[in-house]
Amino acid sequence: MGTILLIAVTAMFINNFVVVQFLGICPFLGVSKDTKSALGMGIAVTFVMTITCLITYPIYMYVLTPLNLDYLEVIVFIFVIASLVQMIEAVLKKFSPTLYNAMGIYLPLITTNCAVLGVAELVIDAGTASAFGLTEMGLLNSVAYGFFGGIGFTIAIVIMSGLREKLKTTNYNKHLKGFPIAMLTACFIAMAFYVFSMISI
Amino acid sequence: MGKFTKIATDGLIKENPTLKLVLGTCPTLALTTAAMNGIGMGLAVTFVLICSNVLISLLKKIIPNAIRIPVFVLIIATFVTIVKLALDKFIPSLYDTLGVYLPLIVVNCIILGRAESFASKNPVLDSALDGLFMGLGFTISITLMGLVREFLGSGAVFGITLFDFSIGFFSSSAGAFFTYGVFIALFNYCINKFTRRAKLKKGV
Repeated sequence: MGTILLIAVTAMFINNFVVVQFLGICPFLGVSKDTKSALGMGIAVTFVMTITCLITYPIYMYVLTPLNLDYLEVIVFIFVIASLVQMIEAVLKKFSPTLYNAMGIYLPLITTNCAVLGVAELVIDAGTASAFGLTEMGLLNSVAYGFFGGIGFTIAIVIMSGLREKLKTTNYNKHLKGFPIAMLTACFIAMAFYVFSMISI
Repeated sequence: MGKFTKIATDGLIKENPTLKLVLGTCPTLALTTAAMNGIGMGLAVTFVLICSNVLISLLKKIIPNAIRIPVFVLIIATFVTIVKLALDKFIPSLYDTLGVYLPLIVVNCIILGRAESFASKNPVLDSALDGLFMGLGFTISITLMGLVREFLGSGAVFGITLFDFSIGFFSSSAGAFFTYGVFIALFNYCINKFTRRAKLKKGV
């Protein structure tokens, strides 16, 4: 239980996927213009990240490594993610139209979200495991890392969308319009998250 | 020759992937802590970009339209695996610094973007040049950003300490967003100024 808690705090705040590890910056800048769509994107990413870890970790540990095919990880992972996203989309459309309406339009974008491929690569990385005092992550911890990483992504993108909604009514230099002002906003969020790096567990 | 100049200026300035199109932001923000990382990452991306552009351009008539995106991703992933294995063997120090961002070249929007919007419509040589100049545009932008952040963050240039000072902000993640934002703003400002002046000259 202690490890799960440690993973939760680390993935959500200390090593936040967006503002500390810079994974998933494209949707963070692209889909953060209003809070509603930011929340939808966040939920969709959390969902896909959790299921990705659930599938890629066993594939790497129990199929690729015993067969000495671990150099194929990138190709296998991207294929698993791409087909997974398609499958989730089809399943949701059939069985849960409400959930599909909430996050359906964001699902195709998620295939090329670095946070998803990033988490698949991070959970098999020895460095991530040793940060939690483990030799290897194990399935449960990997899934928890994916889930809480997604929650961290959601927190960051929702904060960002709130700030950007405020920015609409503010006047600033015209050369800063668009991406520059978004980057500067993200800079302040990153400073806020910097406080969490002082926590030592 | 006119066409090649156009491809070159598009890649380096007019459609600079980092500063104008704002694609491939993840490695840009993460690896600009030092100028050397920028060169390493930039060259890795350039290699993948040239190879995937050439292959996709060669295969553009064979790839069925409906499944082109998965095919593009598979081609890109293959070249990324080649780069990954080669770096692991020959430059292990760079392999360690690039870390998780090396496999993430697969989902770098610059590469898929060029495959979709350029290589799948143009001849082989043009596509190769487009890959080269887009890659160079990316490399130059992130190396410059790396120089600024490395100098302000640790007083060093390419790992050699010149001055004994450091502004911790620029090495932190907040500094990455700040530097990137300022770079895009300055780039837009220069481009706007330049085009306005060109227009004025034409008017006179």
